[in-house]
Amino acid sequence: MSDRVFVTGIGVISALGFDIDETASALQKSKSGIGRISLFDTVYKEEIPVAEVKASNIELAERAQVKQDGLFSRTSLLGLIAARQALSQAQVRDFAGTRTGLISATTTGGMDRSERFFKEYLKNNRRGRLRDIVTHDCGNSTEIIAKQTGIRDYVTTISTACSSSANAILLGARLVKNGMLDRVLAGGVDALTLFTLNGFNSLMILDRNGCKPFDEERNGLTLGEGAGFLMIESERLVKKQGKTILGEVKGYGNACDAHHQTASSPEGNGAYLSMEKALITAGLKPAMIDYINAHGTGTKNNDLSEGIAIKRLFQDSVPAFSSTKAYTGHTLGAAGAIEAVFCIMALQHQWLYPNLNFRQTMKELGFSPVASFQHHVPVRYIMSNSFGFGGNNTSIIFSGC
Amino acid sequence: MEAFIDGISAISPQKTLDGSVFLQELQEYKGVHALKCIEPPYSDFLDPMASRRMSRIVKMGACAAMKCLKEASLENPGAIITGTGLGCIEDTEKFLTSLYTNEEKLLNPTPFIQSTHNTVAAAIALMLKCNSYNNTYVHRGFSFESALLDGLMLLHERTAERVLVGGLDELTNHSFAITNRLGFWKRQPIDSLRLLEYKSKGSLAGEGVAFFALNREKSEKTIAMIRSIDTIFNPGTPAETERRLSVFVEKAAGGMGKLDLIVLGMNGDPEMDEVYRHLVNTLFGLVPCAFFKHICGEYDTASSFALYLAAAILKEQKVPEAIRLDKRSIGQIKNILVYNHVRNSNHSMFVVSAC
Repeated sequence: MSDRVFVTGIGVISALGFDIDETASALQKSKSGIGRISLFDTVYKEEIPVAEVKASNIELAERAQVKQDGLFSRTSLLGLIAARQALSQAQVRDFAGTRTGLISATTTGGMDRSERFFKEYLKNNRRGRLRDIVTHDCGNSTEIIAKQTGIRDYVTTISTACSSSANAILLGARLVKNGMLDRVLAGGVDALTLFTLNGFNSLMILDRNGCKPFDEERNGLTLGEGAGFLMIESERLVKKQGKTILGEVKGYGNACDAHHQTASSPEGNGAYLSMEKALITAGLKPAMIDYINAHGTGTKNNDLSEGIAIKRLFQDSVPAFSSTKAYTGHTLGAAGAIEAVFCIMALQHQWLYPNLNFRQTMKELGFSPVASFQHHVPVRYIMSNSFGFGGNNTSIIFSGC
Repeated sequence: MEAFIDGISAISPQKTLDGSVFLQELQEYKGVHALKCIEPPYSDFLDPMASRRMSRIVKMGACAAMKCLKEASLENPGAIITGTGLGCIEDTEKFLTSLYTNEEKLLNPTPFIQSTHNTVAAAIALMLKCNSYNNTYVHRGFSFESALLDGLMLLHERTAERVLVGGLDELTNHSFAITNRLGFWKRQPIDSLRLLEYKSKGSLAGEGVAFFALNREKSEKTIAMIRSIDTIFNPGTPAETERRLSVFVEKAAGGMGKLDLIVLGMNGDPEMDEVYRHLVNTLFGLVPCAFFKHICGEYDTASSFALYLAAAILKEQKVPEAIRLDKRSIGQIKNILVYNHVRNSNHSMFVVSAC
């Protein structure tokens, strides 16, 4: 058993950049990664903005240190890049004598290749290249990361829609706390696909002008892609190896809204419960939270429901909060992990992130998100929210050291 | 980590909606490549208004979950956790098809919404109005195992007193056609109960849903207990599997001598079955062995069917001849080891005991 679990490495790739340094620079400059679609053909090319990682699969393969021989989905490549960064920062080089696990999360797995297969297959079921379909399942990208990095003591994948990778971090912390593993590389990844673009478009929740979370005039979300990973280690291992601690996974909560398959309840029940559970496991009072990295997708429904839940839980002491989705787009299964990386960076550097594109306070809330990038703010406890379809809500609390 | 099993339910190619009937009357399918579930009258368990919009896998999952909870007299589980290798593929295929045929215009969002892997766990929570912990695992042959481990851990942590855990996978015409092109299944049609007699490459496709109500404490509903679970990712050789399995059985059951039955995931593909044969000839010694994929088919979460089978055997104290691998005598059955692997990459093992 380990009572405390620490973060010793972080890795991220998104529309903001290929690594932590590029990401930090874009965040500080309040530079959004949202732009036009270039990755695939779609009738919505001129109409719907997205937040792409600005690289072809061939370039990504180089960064992931694999030969791009057509065997990898974009999902695997993005995941591998972020995973390697986290391992490298945590200085994890060999696995002998230490039980190491990998928990990844994704919503559509290798859909970027399967949709190519399916297009041909639909015309004739003998057609479609089989190498484009074997990467379809969610476990594929996880196993590729496991094989490439050498992790093999515990390997699994989570898919709970947009809270997927927050649940990966939650599970990772619990596996270490329960003494099942000494350390876990936990995170998530999703690549932009025609499938998800059309899926969210069919729900009519994609903002044609880029998302404006928590704004009175918000009009939907913007899709993004990327990956984030955190190296989570037991207190014993961190002490034994004298590692640099970046932060601590202090608390976590998972609750189900149980209201509707896609819509959040008007009173934000699931969100309230996941945040409350996280505070309880962390042993903190609401007033002790310095900043909330909100789920804040920019849809009418989410931001209202989440805002009301925050108001109910924090009452007169609503902390500084913002959504970073106007920077990265909504990276779906990767969002929880990418935003967890942002939280660790905020703790390290004492930063607060602005909620880009915000102009007008929501009438129902009466409070507003962080408006501009802030340096040198005392930040000790950060809560990160991730909510998904099916009412899958997860909140995680990180603390500085 | 261990837990008491208070309720079990399965929808499978067997008559599993009634546990005692299932072991007495195994269904044989002649001249087939795949086994499909015997679907129950859903209206017994699901509100027809709600189930009208559900896809087949969501209906099967929600129905089996409701039956399991009823059996365990559990109204509001402390967690709902599912495992699924491929999730809701029927709706994934439906949405992809409409995307291409309608050239991205005027798409019905329902199949997209229901294509999400956590649809079944969410639908169960919605039906129960259950705000508890909710999670879904999607890792090939570890999907159900991960869900089970999470459930055991929640009980161990005292985060929950009673949890609902399930495994589910559906077979569709497209998923069969594609995996058939990948060479997963035998080319010639077979008689299901004779699966191990064919020496050709490939297995028999299958599908199924199984749910379990787990309790931290023993109750009057308890039918068996799960003692421990472990997984091995990509073992190098059968010898490595043997070593890990041996350590596991020692810890979970007190040694091979304590086992009364071993349930194996043989699937009829000689290459895939090699490791089972190695273990039968070495580690397993004289312990009676059985297998199950000839009655449910091969799929990512077939191990959830094996847990259902093991619990049913412990409850009924009956092992059908058609699932036995040998003629060794079987007395009272107290401890069953289930060992399974999917495509030789995801190996899992658990011990289920009478109590």
